[in-house]
Amino acid sequence: MSLIPEFFRLLRVEMVKTFLKKRTYLGFLIILLIVPLVEIALKIEGGRFLRMAMRGIAQDFILLGNVFNGWFVSLQIMNSLWIQIPILISFVAGDQLAGEATGGTYRLLLIRPVSRTKIFLAKYLTTVLYVVLFVTFLGVLSVGLALLLLGSGDMIVLQQGILVLPESDVAWRFVMAYILAAWSMTTVASIGFLFSSFVENAIGPIVGTMGVIIVLTIITVIPVETFSGIREYLFTYHMASWQKMFADPVPWGDIRSSVLNLAGYIIATLTAAWIIFVRKDVLS
Amino acid sequence: MTPHVILRTHNLSKKYKDRWAVRNLSLEVHRGDIFGFLGPNGAGKSTTIRMILSLIRPTEGRVELFGYDLKSHRSKALSSVGGIVEKPDFYSYLSAVRNLDLIGSLNGGVEKKRILEVLDVVGLSGRGGDKVKTFSHGMKQRLGIAQALLSDPELVVLDEPTSGLDPQGMKEVRQLILHLAKEQKKTVFLSSHLLNEIELVANRMAIINKGELVVQGEVKALLDEGGRYVVVEGEPKAKIKAVLKKNKKLLEGFTERDGSFDVKMDFDDVPMLNNALVKAGVRVTALVPRRSLEDFFLSITENQGKV
Repeated sequence: MSLIPEFFRLLRVEMVKTFLKKRTYLGFLIILLIVPLVEIALKIEGGRFLRMAMRGIAQDFILLGNVFNGWFVSLQIMNSLWIQIPILISFVAGDQLAGEATGGTYRLLLIRPVSRTKIFLAKYLTTVLYVVLFVTFLGVLSVGLALLLLGSGDMIVLQQGILVLPESDVAWRFVMAYILAAWSMTTVASIGFLFSSFVENAIGPIVGTMGVIIVLTIITVIPVETFSGIREYLFTYHMASWQKMFADPVPWGDIRSSVLNLAGYIIATLTAAWIIFVRKDVLS
Repeated sequence: MTPHVILRTHNLSKKYKDRWAVRNLSLEVHRGDIFGFLGPNGAGKSTTIRMILSLIRPTEGRVELFGYDLKSHRSKALSSVGGIVEKPDFYSYLSAVRNLDLIGSLNGGVEKKRILEVLDVVGLSGRGGDKVKTFSHGMKQRLGIAQALLSDPELVVLDEPTSGLDPQGMKEVRQLILHLAKEQKKTVFLSSHLLNEIELVANRMAIINKGELVVQGEVKALLDEGGRYVVVEGEPKAKIKAVLKKNKKLLEGFTERDGSFDVKMDFDDVPMLNNALVKAGVRVTALVPRRSLEDFFLSITENQGKV
């Protein structure tokens, strides 16, 4: 009998299966292509992008120093990629359970003398680890490369106006923003996990997760009175809470509320997925 | 539970919507058995095996393994069980050794030496490093048996392990099953839809049809139970009838049916009957030893085809 505790053995099994699968790295590959491409293009374009972004308000400001810098570009990348990232996350999360059904390997996995609950937790933790690695990779690559290409400086934030954050006040905001982003993506992964628990093919969870995100995003952003009462309970309303890290002062109360809302979704979807998984008849 | 009964199902039942896939199935597998679990396709064999291996929750009834109730003591009940359910599927992007290593981890961890041992037992020792996606069906089937043996279980559950194999592959698997039982002292629960296959390896068996147990017991006793007879075909029929009447002492009786004769007799006397028929000038076209259980199994298999 191995000395390694059972749960860690299960975790190792799930990690080996996930991280030796080529499709796990598809998201990393896409990020590895897109981020340098966009950042190099922006470097070539120079400050034209910033001037376009500031059209209409530029005459009110005199900008000195290197404001079209790595911090500014990293934030634009984070903003623009936030639609595609959930697809890449659901690609792996959705495969965790449904992939076993598709491959027929539930029959290998679930006849062992270990509880389904432990297998479920090992799979979920592996998914969370993937999310963390993926978001970290995105953060390190986009910020690191942007700073390397475009240098550092004070950061301009264009949200509902213009805000200039001093250079010394930016790095920690990015770290916190990426932690919050990872939390949002963990919520997406949990929804993918739920879909993954009751379908027999890995495409269903990807389509299902994206469907939910699209529908709820529409409800979140569409200016219709009917939805105003439910809007703030939808996870899509809180998914971009990381953007609040670039406000001054940081609205910690709002962020805490978003984190708790997303936690509620994680707990609810995981509980539902767990119940389905442990009661599931394996017919594949 | 009697100590030597290591697998017992009590009125095991599974219902899908309005259809009972398995109904009130009570089986007993003894330590050291090669237990044949026979039934035509769709009889409920795989559903039963899935319930025994905890892949499916029974609608009614329960499973006991080594005296442990599967529902309440799942880990203990399954700790000495290895199995293969239907077709063998693996993580095709991983090597055979890596697959076995992962499966071993689910069973408490196994050493590399043991992995190489089981690969050797199933004749895959040279292919351990190859990805499973490069394996043929027969190789996957053998790898399936290897994973079932990995944790050195006392009970090995094999669901149609010869399915899809060529005759040579089928023979090798049968020899392997006999080796497991005789040399490694394993108890084998073997499902099949081929009576011949069960007869060749099993000492005890159960027949299941439409989800219900038809009969259970010693293979030899069950096959002999309804008596043995020989189907005689040839020309002219009058001469056949005359020979059969003349040899009343040798034969236990006969009936004429569809132009042939069913002759109740000992199979050892078949050459003697053949000799008598030839001497009487009969052109013998067939002398087929048959058993009533075989007929019965054939009839349920044929009837299933007519549905």
